Amino acid sequence: MSRVFVPGDALAVALGADAVAYALRNAGAGIVRTGSRGLAWLEPLIEVETAGGRVGYGPVGVGDVSALLNAGVLSGGAHALRVGRVEDHPWMRGQKRITFARCGVVDPLSVEDYVAHGGLQGLKRALEIGFAATIEEITQSGLRGRGGAGFPAGVKWKGAADAQASRKYVVCNADEGDSGTFADRMLMEGDPMSLIEGVAIAAFAIGASKAFVYSRSEYPHANATFQKALAAVRATGGLGPHAFGPNHAFDIELRIGAGAYVCGEETALLESLEGKRGQVRAKPPLPVHAGLFGKPTVINNVLTLATAPWIMANGAKTYADIGHGRSRGTMAIQLAGNVKYPGLYEAPFGLTLGQIVHDIGGGTASGRPVRAVQCGGPLGAYFPPTLFDTPYDYEAFAARDGLIGHGGVVVFDDTVDMAAQARFALEFCAIESCGKCTPCRIGSVRGQEVIDRILAGENREANLVLIEDLCQTLKLGSLCALGGFTPYPVMSALKYYPDDFQSATAYDAAVAKR
Amino acid sequence: MTKRWDPAQAEAIVRAHAQLEGPLLPILHALSAEFGCVPEEATALVAEELNLSRAEVHGVISFYHDFRREPRGKIVVKLCRAEACQAMGGREAAEAVLAHFKLGWGDTNGDRSVTIEPVYCLGLCAAAPAALVNGAPSARVEPARLIAAIEAMR
Repeated sequence: MSRVFVPGDALAVALGADAVAYALRNAGAGIVRTGSRGLAWLEPLIEVETAGGRVGYGPVGVGDVSALLNAGVLSGGAHALRVGRVEDHPWMRGQKRITFARCGVVDPLSVEDYVAHGGLQGLKRALEIGFAATIEEITQSGLRGRGGAGFPAGVKWKGAADAQASRKYVVCNADEGDSGTFADRMLMEGDPMSLIEGVAIAAFAIGASKAFVYSRSEYPHANATFQKALAAVRATGGLGPHAFGPNHAFDIELRIGAGAYVCGEETALLESLEGKRGQVRAKPPLPVHAGLFGKPTVINNVLTLATAPWIMANGAKTYADIGHGRSRGTMAIQLAGNVKYPGLYEAPFGLTLGQIVHDIGGGTASGRPVRAVQCGGPLGAYFPPTLFDTPYDYEAFAARDGLIGHGGVVVFDDTVDMAAQARFALEFCAIESCGKCTPCRIGSVRGQEVIDRILAGENREANLVLIEDLCQTLKLGSLCALGGFTPYPVMSALKYYPDDFQSATAYDAAVAKR
Repeated sequence: MTKRWDPAQAEAIVRAHAQLEGPLLPILHALSAEFGCVPEEATALVAEELNLSRAEVHGVISFYHDFRREPRGKIVVKLCRAEACQAMGGREAAEAVLAHFKLGWGDTNGDRSVTIEPVYCLGLCAAAPAALVNGAPSARVEPARLIAAIEAMR
């Protein structure tokens, strides 16, 4: 009997994958629960092992199962939901999967499956060539922090490796709070062992024996899968007292946040791990010198760490040869919101925003014109279609007062009220502010009031100047990116969509005309 | 149903986690899981066990959205309010669900059957709007369907 792969990814489960797996199992099929391939509009996307490769069917509802079985799904039979070999799907063929090569393919809890698909080669090579050469390799690859800041990973690792201390830590930032992003979640559910391997490589490189993965309480499925993956690796001795060789111990502990967005900021995250309020620390000292419990700490995003094994296995040059400008390698672009083909699309840097939204995303799900695209999460700028020629690259986005952040691309159609979006950005900042610095704590509240006054027509001109001034204060005077970047969505909305700020009713009138 | 406050059991929970590095958040999560919240009585107990001031423990409990002083209802509905869900009608869906149960954000209804909390991203943005109902993910939320599902669980 051929095996059937059914995603156990939270998004697929939300769309009914558990019931599909149950029905197929009852029909006698051998089921393997995998992560998601990232073609979200086809979820639940099941795959059947055939002589000609893995044939996909999707989206499969539990009501489709008997018809699929009658059509001979278990031998790859024809059916309206059949999408053919998943690798041959146009959406997959355009991608360059490095970080997500195994996601949706392997059983996330099987060490054997992981190794069969190239896993552990990176760590093996790191242990062979030693810590200094490992850091050099990561540096030469050009890998930059995928959490959003884009800081060179190798430089960070070297800083911690060079620091003298009795104890060092690696901390993985899995507090993926940005709206429109889900790559960390997908990876932890679909290929958690690549993250474990990446964390291990970083720990070996800097001389740490302990690492923490700080995830979020909003991700119960990812946390459960990751915890099981840690146990599976620990059972093989890959984590524990002899992880890196005889008496060379290393282990990873999963910690869960408690619903505070600001804990995705690295110093707030460290405070939270220490058991404190998630308040931002002033820098310096940098975490590589004095991080967790005051010890040298490398803190990297999930995708940064999970890409390290591929770089170590395939060589820095292979990775550095891909990309655009100073943004090397691939980026896991996460297409979400009002878009026809949402999902995870890993590609070399350099696609234009227009290609991402129209060619890959297929435009809006509603069929209406695209009006705005928010890139880089809730602190990212709104881009109008006139900026769709912007290449997807850290510097190109920064040059247009935007950011790629953690790779979120959220599409809005022409019914969006940009004044409401600007106001929401400030509201979100107020809700999630850690309260340590005044521009963020107070400015976010005052900003909402100013926008309300603008919409009410009170001293419009003066208040438009005031909001701009307030945004400058937030941008330049905040301690961290929460206050510092909240002005991006606000200012971009004001700049590109001034009509929406004409009055409280301007938006309704405009929508009626569209 | 969540259990009544039990100091002996709470102390056992605290001690079970006290050896961790930075044990406070794991302890507060464990107490929440056991008692449905972190009641006022927990502050002094945790402070004593961890050699912290009550102010420090209170400060941590009050900082994080997840830690509440009062138990949530039997059914906890977390509705995403963030941008990707807004782009797919999340605002309107949330308003309809709140209006049906006559609740505001974070509130629990009179018979303590339903609590509705805001959440800012569940990572289900590629099938927005999204919700978590007692930890089970729900995507492409339609208010009528979600309301019916919650009502069936009450």
